[in-house]
Amino acid sequence: MSEQTPDPTAAQTDGAPTTDAAAEGRRSPLHDEHVALGATLTNFGGWQMPLRYESDLAEHRAVRAAAGLFDLSHMGEIEVSGPQAAAALDYALVGNLSAVGVGRARYTMICADDGSVLDDLVVYRPAPESFSVVANAGNAERVLAELRDRVEGFDATVVDHSASTALIAVQGPRAAEIVVGLTAPEAADVVRDMKYYSGTFVEVAGVGTFVARTGYTGEDGFELFVPAEVAPEVWRTVLEAGRPLGLVPAGLSARDSLRLEAGMPLYGNELDETVTPYAAGLGRVVKLDKVADDGSPLDFVGRAALEARRHSAPARVLVGLKGLGRRPARSGHDVVLPGKDAPIGHVTSGAPSPTLGCPIAMAYVTPELSAEGTELAVDVRGRQEPFVVVPLRFYTRPQD
Amino acid sequence: MSDAFPENLRYTAEHEWIDDASPATVGITANAAEALGDIVYLELPEVGAQLTAGDVFGEIESTKSVSELYAPVTGTVVEINQDAVDSPETVGSDPYGAGWLVKVDVTETGPTLSAEEYQASIGA
Repeated sequence: MSEQTPDPTAAQTDGAPTTDAAAEGRRSPLHDEHVALGATLTNFGGWQMPLRYESDLAEHRAVRAAAGLFDLSHMGEIEVSGPQAAAALDYALVGNLSAVGVGRARYTMICADDGSVLDDLVVYRPAPESFSVVANAGNAERVLAELRDRVEGFDATVVDHSASTALIAVQGPRAAEIVVGLTAPEAADVVRDMKYYSGTFVEVAGVGTFVARTGYTGEDGFELFVPAEVAPEVWRTVLEAGRPLGLVPAGLSARDSLRLEAGMPLYGNELDETVTPYAAGLGRVVKLDKVADDGSPLDFVGRAALEARRHSAPARVLVGLKGLGRRPARSGHDVVLPGKDAPIGHVTSGAPSPTLGCPIAMAYVTPELSAEGTELAVDVRGRQEPFVVVPLRFYTRPQD
Repeated sequence: MSDAFPENLRYTAEHEWIDDASPATVGITANAAEALGDIVYLELPEVGAQLTAGDVFGEIESTKSVSELYAPVTGTVVEINQDAVDSPETVGSDPYGAGWLVKVDVTETGPTLSAEEYQASIGA
């Protein structure tokens, strides 16, 4: 037996194998917790992170049914603050960050001059003149350098808090119950009533925490930004409090299958420097209509290129594919017309969906073959498997 | 895992095991099953297929990766484990028992390792 396709979460960084022995890189402040829990570690974005603790499937299902606890300390946390912080980010990013209310968050992107995606980001605004930019691990240094470069000329400062910040996510239908239960009584209502994509400072498990109602699993959930030195204590407290409600520690493998089911892109798979937000179906994050105080169009990095591309059809567009057979498509496989050889696209992410019980994938295909219901095939190691085009969001959580 | 490498089996460097019965039963090692994670798909040859030692005879796929299966011996497949094809998770939960893969009428053995040599090869 020999492994043909290394774990895709590892492949996007350097293709390193996924065994403990090969895991190298920076260690999370929660590293010892993961080792004690028997995690299989993997290299992800230059970090040694848990791939799984016991079972990918069990962890995935726990998040859908109850809750999962994730260590996301590999993500970069970059603070941009100062009187012109909002204006600086309006220039540096494609979104309209000055329109983000205090205590709210926004999904956005940082693009190059040519409109290609350098990273996708979540930006929080904890205070009027303070923003926290959360970048993907593998891109964090690049984003930091770009932000430093781009805020020059603005009255704003860029500070990298990545090394001193641990990020712990509690995701799943029981997440609110768990986090609220660990909040000081006077703050419990605040946390319970938090809107999706908002964030606030409260004490969780006795530790001053920036709590955000955000996530990457398709479920309700919270992300807790805590100082690295107290992170192990918070992790253990949350785990202990949540276990009776079905909370389990969950690794990057479950995180990847959860985000795929939820139709969320992963940088390095669906997004990279060869695509624009439009090709990825995320043109909504590009705010060409953002204006300066005097009403004139606001310049931002990538604007000219994105404006030009806005109405021109991209060569390939991102679609969802649902498998009609049992063999999953994987990142890098060619998409073809059934019975034909010529590739009309390629798979960017693929896995067996634990929730749907069939293979699912995201793929870039030519626009004329991107309509829902189009019957396509994926060349899975020399043999075609039937797939059909479906909406990107494979799974939507039941609303209560 | 106490029964990680049963002494009565022979092993390949590619993580298959084979017993000395006739026909011989072939499977994957507990170490390989553990590394794969949750197994979701198993493809085996048909009964009557000819295996050649060292050649690919099937594939095994987990939630995160896919691996090819290499024949430890040359011979004819006389039985496949249809239960494992239908419920691939069996291969992970009981790799030396209910999770066996194929039974082979061996015509020629291939290079194999003892339990001790296999353990050494994987650094266990």
